Amino acid sequence: MVGLYAFWLLLSGMYTPFLLAAGAGCSLAIYLLARRMRLLDREGYPLHLLGKALFSYWPWLGGEILKSAWDVSRRIVDPRLPISPTLVEFTPTQRTDLGLVIHANSITLTPGTITVEVEPGRFLVHALTAEGAAGLAGSEMDRRCSELEGQS
Amino acid sequence: MSLVIDIASGLCLLIGTIFCLVGAIGLLRMPDFFTRVHAASVLETLGADFILLGLMLQAGWSLVTVKLLMIGLLIFFASPTASHALARAAMVRGVMPLLARPGAPSSKP
Repeated sequence: MVGLYAFWLLLSGMYTPFLLAAGAGCSLAIYLLARRMRLLDREGYPLHLLGKALFSYWPWLGGEILKSAWDVSRRIVDPRLPISPTLVEFTPTQRTDLGLVIHANSITLTPGTITVEVEPGRFLVHALTAEGAAGLAGSEMDRRCSELEGQS
Repeated sequence: MSLVIDIASGLCLLIGTIFCLVGAIGLLRMPDFFTRVHAASVLETLGADFILLGLMLQAGWSLVTVKLLMIGLLIFFASPTASHALARAAMVRGVMPLLARPGAPSSKP
């Protein structure tokens, strides 16, 4: 509720009494609806992970994205187009759905790898290069996602 | 000081556009559907993020920056989900990825 209202204030940027009141009304209505639909839970809004994600996981993920984006860009402009598309299946170590989703999304967000299928205990990943595919199972990302999930 | 910020922001915008261009070239050059999605992911991560960063530097400390940050977060959460949905839909519909021979050197298949 407070979050929604802050969101309204930031987006509107106009602070007349009417708009402030309308914002409060809308946020309250949406909050009540969402609660009735049971949309608000620890899985949908994993705020308890936010601190750690923000200061430890995201910066690391950003670095990884930068590295692999650079690698993919180099391969794109290389006249020989040195790619070796590979499908690889491996077993992630996360136990909860949330952890699996974080891991799968991180893989997809990193250029050069896409998670095609996700099931507990099985990821099917398409990688642009064979090296990228080989580095997936038991990776640093896997370890970090499990660590992030472990404290939930 | 504003000159430094202008230069930094211009640099970010330039890098962003270069990555977008590279992504577009990749979209055209890649041989099949799945590898094209890889090329697009360069575009949506580094390209979009650098352009947003450049625009944030232009906007300074204002509500516009906050809004740009929200757009960045939205891309950060939505784009992998969309890529995954695309790839999975293609797989389910029977689009078979072009694969390199196992053991072949990393070159054009």
